[in-house]
Amino acid sequence: MSSDKQQEVYFSNPILKWVDERFPLSKVLREHATEYYASKNFNIWYIFGVLSTVTLVLMLLTGLFLTMNYKPSAAEAFNSIEYIMRSVEYGWLIRYMHSTGASFFFIVLYLHMFRGMLYGSYKQPRELIWLIGMMLYFCLMAEAFLGYILPWGNMSYWAAQVIVNLFGLIPYIGDTLVEWIRGDYYISDITLNRFFALHVIAMPLAILGLVFVHIVALHHIGSNNPDGIEIKNHKDEQGKPIDGVAFHPFHTSKDLVGIIIFLMLYFGAVFFAPEMGGLFLEVDNFEPADPLKTPEHIVPSWYFTPYYAILRSIPEPLLGAIALVSAVLCFVFLPWLDRCKVKSIRYRGWQFKLALSIFVISFVSLGYLGLQPSSGIYLILARLFTVLYFSFFLLMPLYTRLEKTKPVPDRVVYKK
Amino acid sequence: MKTLKKLIMISLFLSLFSVANSASVEKKPDDYMPALNDVTDLKSLQRGARNFFNYCAGCHSLKYVRYNQMAKDIGISEEELNSYLIFTDSAPQDVISVNMLEEDGNRWFGKAPPDLSMITRVNSNTHIYNFLRSFYPEKGSPTGTNNRVKDGTSMPNVLSVLQDEMNKKEFDSFVLDIVNFLDYAGEPIKAKRKSLGIWVMCFLFVFLIFSFALYKDIWKEVK
Repeated sequence: MSSDKQQEVYFSNPILKWVDERFPLSKVLREHATEYYASKNFNIWYIFGVLSTVTLVLMLLTGLFLTMNYKPSAAEAFNSIEYIMRSVEYGWLIRYMHSTGASFFFIVLYLHMFRGMLYGSYKQPRELIWLIGMMLYFCLMAEAFLGYILPWGNMSYWAAQVIVNLFGLIPYIGDTLVEWIRGDYYISDITLNRFFALHVIAMPLAILGLVFVHIVALHHIGSNNPDGIEIKNHKDEQGKPIDGVAFHPFHTSKDLVGIIIFLMLYFGAVFFAPEMGGLFLEVDNFEPADPLKTPEHIVPSWYFTPYYAILRSIPEPLLGAIALVSAVLCFVFLPWLDRCKVKSIRYRGWQFKLALSIFVISFVSLGYLGLQPSSGIYLILARLFTVLYFSFFLLMPLYTRLEKTKPVPDRVVYKK
Repeated sequence: MKTLKKLIMISLFLSLFSVANSASVEKKPDDYMPALNDVTDLKSLQRGARNFFNYCAGCHSLKYVRYNQMAKDIGISEEELNSYLIFTDSAPQDVISVNMLEEDGNRWFGKAPPDLSMITRVNSNTHIYNFLRSFYPEKGSPTGTNNRVKDGTSMPNVLSVLQDEMNKKEFDSFVLDIVNFLDYAGEPIKAKRKSLGIWVMCFLFVFLIFSFALYKDIWKEVK
């Protein structure tokens, strides 16, 4: 089938035809929707990529409307949030959607990353997709941190203090660097103003660009699947993968179901538990920033607590900061740390299954411990799980080499 | 695999819903009780407003709450508002402020009485409810009273007369109405948020049924 012929039949509408002659509209739609084939046996783990896009759109839209009433100044920020909550029509809804969206973004993202680990999506030939994803993860962490400062509540202020001071631990340039980041000798109006600029312009642009590249790279290689085999190896006469179905209408119709279930959970939180017991909106952040009043426990948002627990588990601050950064960076090296040729956990040996289970337990436990005071049994446990966390990555080249894998099927497993 | 999956989901849920450590360490007297207030109960909110403006508003402001918006939300008319609740020369569209200067407050009480707009969001309803119920006379303290929930508080027992006049049940419900009103003031849309939420959920549920049918129909041909 020649592509010229397809182009002719793609649109019957004269306006779309006119556009198509001047812009590769049908080409893009074909390549990324109606003729982008992805495996038909996607399970629930494959919903989180779409969901993170949905969340991104929700955050961009609600963020846009928030900026219309938010005032990025130390004197006005806190009041302007309360103004949005009380006086702006449906401002409370936009604000809760944004604050809840931040937490849901990380829930979705962590599950999306975990999917990659379950089914070896980071492995050859998808290493670059994974790396771009990692850059997205780092940008999102920065974006979340910057956004957390904007309400200028007391926890915003002290979280900024703790995180920005981490840069001060860098030998020689630390103090100058911290001053440069803050733009002042302390966290001040100037700091808030520049964090606002980074939060609403720099980071969203970077994230949008990276999402674009992430998807372009994915559609170039093709999606992985729960069996971790390439559907492109079996094509029919027309060159269409036999085990694949077109993204549209098949995956879009399936994803829509997932999106609605996600929205039910999300709006459940927005309408019925926007504070989520102090996890999504922290109690101390309902008090305005006060440089003279340190909260009893300075705790970052729940999605950073695994790393926070690692930071605190090491008594020497500089080493703690290095551990924190390495803990985040570890994911980057997964494609090369994992020496097993088999991608999907379905056909991998017990070594990886055990290691991944331990890793998940460690990550979740560290997340819990990061919310607790760093002393006594909590500190001992945090140290134990920090060791286990790093062992998962550092020992990976060893235990993945020892794995006795099961035979990988030729075609994907699909039960109707 | 199944058990691993289950384990992961369970632990993720636990980590999500386990409540963060609350910051304030409070003492719990014997009659400590959860505040079971209901912000959809307009009668209780109206009583709470009456109690607040008669006993609290002399010292405590609600700087984020406007008189007329509050009146509208708790279901009272502007005439009622003017005659029963506005005791200052404020106009209905003004925010609820106090005339006490902060320096004076600091001088008189050691710490100026705080604004209460956000108090239920910083401290729980239950904390405030029990705090107001836990004053007892103590000789030698600056205010002549102390508090079993918050030892050494600089707030005097404003409600002491009522505490003596009313029986325990009446007094508890008087305090609960104040807490309910403060809960409203902390998040005026709380009642609306939940009632709107139910409609949104219903809409999504109907949408879910149709989308599921669409999905099943489109996937019929996939073998």
